[in-house]
Amino acid sequence: MPHRTFFWFFFPSGLAMLLFIGLPIISSFFQSLHIEPEQILMEVEKCDPFGCKTETKVDIEATTKLQEEQPLGRFNGLGTYGDRNHLALNEIKEAWTNSSSIAEFTDILLNLPFYKALLFTLTFCFAVTPPVVVLGFIVALSVNTITKSLKGPTIFGVILPMIVTPLIGSLVLFWMIDAKGILGSFIQFLFDDPNLSLKSSSQLTWITLIIYGIWHNTPFAFVVFYAALQTVPQDPIEAAIIDGASRYERVRHIVIPHLYPVATFIILICLMDNFRVLEPIIGFAAEGVAQSLSWMIYNDLRSENKMLFGSAGATSMLTIIGVAILLTPVLIRTWREFRTER
Amino acid sequence: MKKLLIALLFTFVSTSAYAGGHSPCGVTDGSIKILANEFTTYRIFMDEVKSCAGPSADFSVTHSVDHNKLQVAALSANPAEFSAKLVTNGSITTLMNDNLIRPLDDLVAKYGSALQDNQKIVIDGKIYAIAFMANAQHLWYRESILNDLGIAVPSTYEEVIAAAEKIKASGKMANPYAGAFKSGWNLGQEFVNMYLGHGGDFFKAGTAEVSVNNAKGVAALNMLKRLTEVSNPDFLTQDTNAVKEEWESGNVALMHVWNSGAASLLDDEGDQAIKADTRLANSPTVGGGSKPATTLWWDGFGIATNTSDENAEASFRALLGAATSTEMANANPNATIWLIDGYSPGDTAGPVVDAANRGATPYPSLPYMSLLHGALSTELVEFLQGNESAEKALADVEAAYVAKATEQGFL
Repeated sequence: MPHRTFFWFFFPSGLAMLLFIGLPIISSFFQSLHIEPEQILMEVEKCDPFGCKTETKVDIEATTKLQEEQPLGRFNGLGTYGDRNHLALNEIKEAWTNSSSIAEFTDILLNLPFYKALLFTLTFCFAVTPPVVVLGFIVALSVNTITKSLKGPTIFGVILPMIVTPLIGSLVLFWMIDAKGILGSFIQFLFDDPNLSLKSSSQLTWITLIIYGIWHNTPFAFVVFYAALQTVPQDPIEAAIIDGASRYERVRHIVIPHLYPVATFIILICLMDNFRVLEPIIGFAAEGVAQSLSWMIYNDLRSENKMLFGSAGATSMLTIIGVAILLTPVLIRTWREFRTER
Repeated sequence: MKKLLIALLFTFVSTSAYAGGHSPCGVTDGSIKILANEFTTYRIFMDEVKSCAGPSADFSVTHSVDHNKLQVAALSANPAEFSAKLVTNGSITTLMNDNLIRPLDDLVAKYGSALQDNQKIVIDGKIYAIAFMANAQHLWYRESILNDLGIAVPSTYEEVIAAAEKIKASGKMANPYAGAFKSGWNLGQEFVNMYLGHGGDFFKAGTAEVSVNNAKGVAALNMLKRLTEVSNPDFLTQDTNAVKEEWESGNVALMHVWNSGAASLLDDEGDQAIKADTRLANSPTVGGGSKPATTLWWDGFGIATNTSDENAEASFRALLGAATSTEMANANPNATIWLIDGYSPGDTAGPVVDAANRGATPYPSLPYMSLLHGALSTELVEFLQGNESAEKALADVEAAYVAKATEQGFL
């Protein structure tokens, strides 16, 4: 394609990306450098059904005036990034000098909100993605071999977990794994332990979330693999059959190498998606034991008080950096393959 | 012919709509959009508001347990998504901080003659909200179970735990106690109750400097831990509504939930045997203190700043109609304690009145309290799961609060 044609072809989506992705990112970045202006407090008399007393209140007039002078808030530089609720630089430095062993240091580190969330997010990413790729591939292979008349309904059944809205899907499962739900009581029966509850311990909640993630993401891998399977050249397969290759050997030596770039693509998308995990945490009411980076942003904007824009902006930036770091190896690999193919 | 029929039908429909358009509260124009918490008493109140607004009014109400999380975003927009918000002494401060609810003095002067003085929430000389009910958390128990085992009604948390352990040992119930321990607002509230019960102060007087990492805080946390040990192991996922379901399923013999829970626990739905066995008791004290470990709440309504005067007036009149409806209050005497003139309290009012008489503290209406409540919501979980010490958990709460309060400009 000539560069000129490509430019005009790409221009509309490029513009949309700039407007709806690029600019918001830049704006979040600027917001993350600022904190709210100082709140002016005053003592006022306050009366309610339980009586009158003097209480502290925000002086609205004075504070509004400050806000109008500095609509973005006070400039704080990278202060928000380094504070205890984000990278916690001071806390880490202190922990490093004061802790006597690596284990103690790790303990302190993983007690800080950002690192706690990062640990869960990464665990989720790396526990969900490989099974999704493998399962998606196996399901695609199986669906590809069944008779034509059954294919339609089977495909619909297989992609159902992806069609169900994540929040609804996780809520349905949340009720099913309840101690009185169908899955919950079956598991109790299976392990012969009437007090076993999937919701009560962090480890079991993590495992539940990961299984949910696999369940929800597999259809995506399936769809892509299934489409790619239709492009596998038939000649080498027929040749292999004539040479007496078993089904396993055909898959191993012809199909898998053909699907390799597709697998890279799926890994890329899955890692990216799973790094932003949020809905299952809300659906499973798992906020207490499993926090992700996206949940931190959600919590900053939806906590009891004013929205903490600076804090949410900083976490967003750190998430973007995280995604970039995570994807670098895969991208480098794709680039190399692209170069050698040329 | 067909056209004539349509024309006739149209006239009929429009006249009937016109005929039904009478509004008992005199709402003529303006739209009424209300954001409210979700529980039965609010539903009763909202039904009254709706009938007061009249059938032709542009009326809608959004009930959500996440109302506190939605309110700032929804009311900051201009025009605001809602014209009115049901507020409590906990949530009003947040709205006041951002100037999101308007003073109501002129509307009260115009229409509020039926209001009692204690319904007016006056801050710095201006009325910002109209209260219609009072609420508090207190103890509930199953009479037959306590009687069978010869347990006296607990009046301290130490006795609650002894009673729960006895019920557990008898094999009647595996997890006899329940409280709303869901990580988030509910869990924070349980700590607030217990800490106040120990006589603690959240802040150094007159400042936004937090101080919960002390002996009282540790004692409060240890008490919560012991309560969760006699609760359902899923306690971290159970909010008030889930606890009430546990109660109605007969899995629980002792619980500490809201007085307004009577509206759904003592209604004609569900297992009537459990209902007949349900008793209310005063909120227990803790650690030898004299104040019950609970907080007093009022519930009322505020009107959005960022809405037109027309919408504000319509919403005010409709809500006021319900907030002065003696009829509604006396038709549902046990739904809560109404602050409405002419209301004669039902037999469930006792525990709240008792809490007030014994000096229970109203939930602190401080501008930075919600930041601390938010920090409590997330940082206490690991302690309750046995993964860290009480001191460490409280130090985490303080650190999380300091970071948030600094960003918000309070420190």
